[in-house]
Amino acid sequence: MQIKSPEFKQSARIALQDENLQKALGNLKAGFPGKRAAAVARMPEFEELRDQARDLKNHILEHLDLYLEEFEARVVENGGQVHWCRTSEDARKTILQICREQDAKTVTKGKSMVTEEINLNEYLEENGVRPVETDLGEYILQLRGDHPSHIIAPAIHLNLEDVSEAFHEHHKRPKSDDPAELMAEAREMLRKQFVAADVGITGANFLVAETGSTIIVTNEGNGDLTQTLPKTHIVVSSIEKVVPTLEDMSLFLRLLARSATGQEYSVYNTLSSGNRRPDDQDGPENFHVVLVDNGRSDMVGTQFQEMLRCIRCSACMNHCPVYGSVGGHSYGWVYPGPMGSVLTPQMIGIEKAGLLPNASTFCGKCEEVCPVRIPLPKLMRHWREKEFEKHLSPKAVRWGLGGWAFFAKRPGLYRLMSASASRFMRLLGGKKGKVSSLPMAAGWTDHRDMPVPTGKTFMQQWKARQKQESK
Amino acid sequence: MSDAHTPPIKVGLFVTCLADMFRPEVAFATVKLLEQAGCSVDVPDTQTCCGQPAFNSGDNQTSRDIARQTIKAFDGYRYVVGPSGSCIGMLHHYPELFTEDDPWKARAEDLKARAFEITSFLVDELGFSGIQSRFNGRITYHDSCSGLRELGIKQQPRQLLAEIDGVEMHEMQEAETCCGFGGTFCVKYPDISNRMVSNKTEFAADSGAETLVGGDLGCLLNMAGKLKREGREIDVRHVVELLADMTDNAAIGEADYDLGKAI
Ligand code: SF4
Repeated sequence: MQIKSPEFKQSARIALQDENLQKALGNLKAGFPGKRAAAVARMPEFEELRDQARDLKNHILEHLDLYLEEFEARVVENGGQVHWCRTSEDARKTILQICREQDAKTVTKGKSMVTEEINLNEYLEENGVRPVETDLGEYILQLRGDHPSHIIAPAIHLNLEDVSEAFHEHHKRPKSDDPAELMAEAREMLRKQFVAADVGITGANFLVAETGSTIIVTNEGNGDLTQTLPKTHIVVSSIEKVVPTLEDMSLFLRLLARSATGQEYSVYNTLSSGNRRPDDQDGPENFHVVLVDNGRSDMVGTQFQEMLRCIRCSACMNHCPVYGSVGGHSYGWVYPGPMGSVLTPQMIGIEKAGLLPNASTFCGKCEEVCPVRIPLPKLMRHWREKEFEKHLSPKAVRWGLGGWAFFAKRPGLYRLMSASASRFMRLLGGKKGKVSSLPMAAGWTDHRDMPVPTGKTFMQQWKARQKQESK
Repeated sequence: MSDAHTPPIKVGLFVTCLADMFRPEVAFATVKLLEQAGCSVDVPDTQTCCGQPAFNSGDNQTSRDIARQTIKAFDGYRYVVGPSGSCIGMLHHYPELFTEDDPWKARAEDLKARAFEITSFLVDELGFSGIQSRFNGRITYHDSCSGLRELGIKQQPRQLLAEIDGVEMHEMQEAETCCGFGGTFCVKYPDISNRMVSNKTEFAADSGAETLVGGDLGCLLNMAGKLKREGREIDVRHVVELLADMTDNAAIGEADYDLGKAI
């Protein structure tokens, strides 16, 4: 996927004027937050579970190597294979290699953000393997040559008309705008692919160390068909998804669905534990797990380690007023919203992603809803520190800040400055109490008036009052 | 609250830059409320800004310098109180700026323990319930983010406002959603900020309130500026103006006298 994060501001401006997108974002805001709130209200121990989940994740991250090695040992015992991939490229090559060994022409895919991260689809296509997305949202996006704008509702930026249009064009069927009909149409198309596929690729919500199992959580059941029908199943997962036991996994599952969609549980929670055994009714003959690092182990032990607690529930973006205004594509890479504003700089570099951690008012809503209590605003601020240290912030900002700091550190001068700035603004404001255009604050006055000071500064007035009183 | 037997509680007023420059009434109203609650109020003149612009721009060196200056300015006061959840929230961040072995860490922690936003100070720390004020009209309350999420300010202002004669509270939808101010955010990302503040003014108007009230001047200037630009007839005021019965002057962004002459 092409990196467009440096164009965040332009993309955001376009997104704000895109009526269709705004309508779609309106649906998102009217849906997820209310459902989450209701689910949380039904579960008195929710806050306690969040503490437990945070602590457990912290423990796992302290012993990541041990749990991953245990996981690998169990997978191998179950007849599967684990592939350790340091970079996106390693992961892509490994997956292609497995596909080639199977002489695969078609692979079906369950929803997986990590395969977006490593740019898998494009790579497979370039190498003669046809990936078919089977999650409805992802399928629609693939038809349109589009990318996810949300980590669990990838096509949230589209409206019914867009879907209807895409199906009509690609399925060559009469146009329909009945969601049930469209669903049936997609199902019919996908069935053929499920049967034809040589390899099924899924992501993983968690990796369970004690059993060597991987789990996917879906609402469509597409993942089950993706992983049980083909002879070969490849699970692509990032390394921080490992949890010690099945019991631990269920703690996260309870938080995940509620935080994401407000469901108690997702509809399908499917565990995969290695190759098909002789008396199994179905399952793959070859089971592979591709573990992707891609910069994550570099985060361990740094001030960004807490980000690795993320369970990809999407609550932070569902509740983010910035995401809700501009949508996921504006962020210009795979992971949008607050979690993306912390992860993206790690993966593509702060030089390219600097606008993302700055695009936050630090309102703190994301941290308020994050099930594993990631202090997202603090982590975004850490990226701003890195930017500042590396002298990456725009010159105007640095100079403005430098000038302001000079005065802020000298109280006497600061007094004089505020008094004269106040006077200047009052003169501009005249009788109106506000100004509607201020060239040095055009960002403000393009959209709103600037109320002007109502009199001399408080410090001036207070001093005068003290003098008066002591007379 | 205090009488001849109890010495007044010594409070240092953290004025905040915006109250100092844009709306001195807010600082005067804070002083009035503190005095009504039995405090004696000083205004240390070595204070400037809380340092948030530097902190949020990743400039920790400047933030530290300003933190030390603020800590020194408020040495010796039992409490530090200000009319802003955002600036007081920043004072609460000071300990993060110093390492464990730095003696300033303990001083920052000490300041944090003494620093309060005005409504939470009156309610949570003093248990004050002696509001003497009249305000006729329908109001709605915007919960500013830092106050709400960093300091837990939600019911305190509402509890105090309910004591005012004549006030009718009409909660708006999404009272807790950010107004899009965000300090430098509103000039760095003007289009997004504009969308956020437009959502806010719409909810405020839908609530049927005549006055929009809040506890942070940054947000209030932002929302008042937008309401004026949209031509909506909603007044905007800081909560302390209502609580201290100081609402005779014009609301934010309005003027009933010649400001040019008030110099
Ligand atoms: S950062 Fe937290 S809220 Fe956001 S996706 Fe990850 S776990 Fe969910």
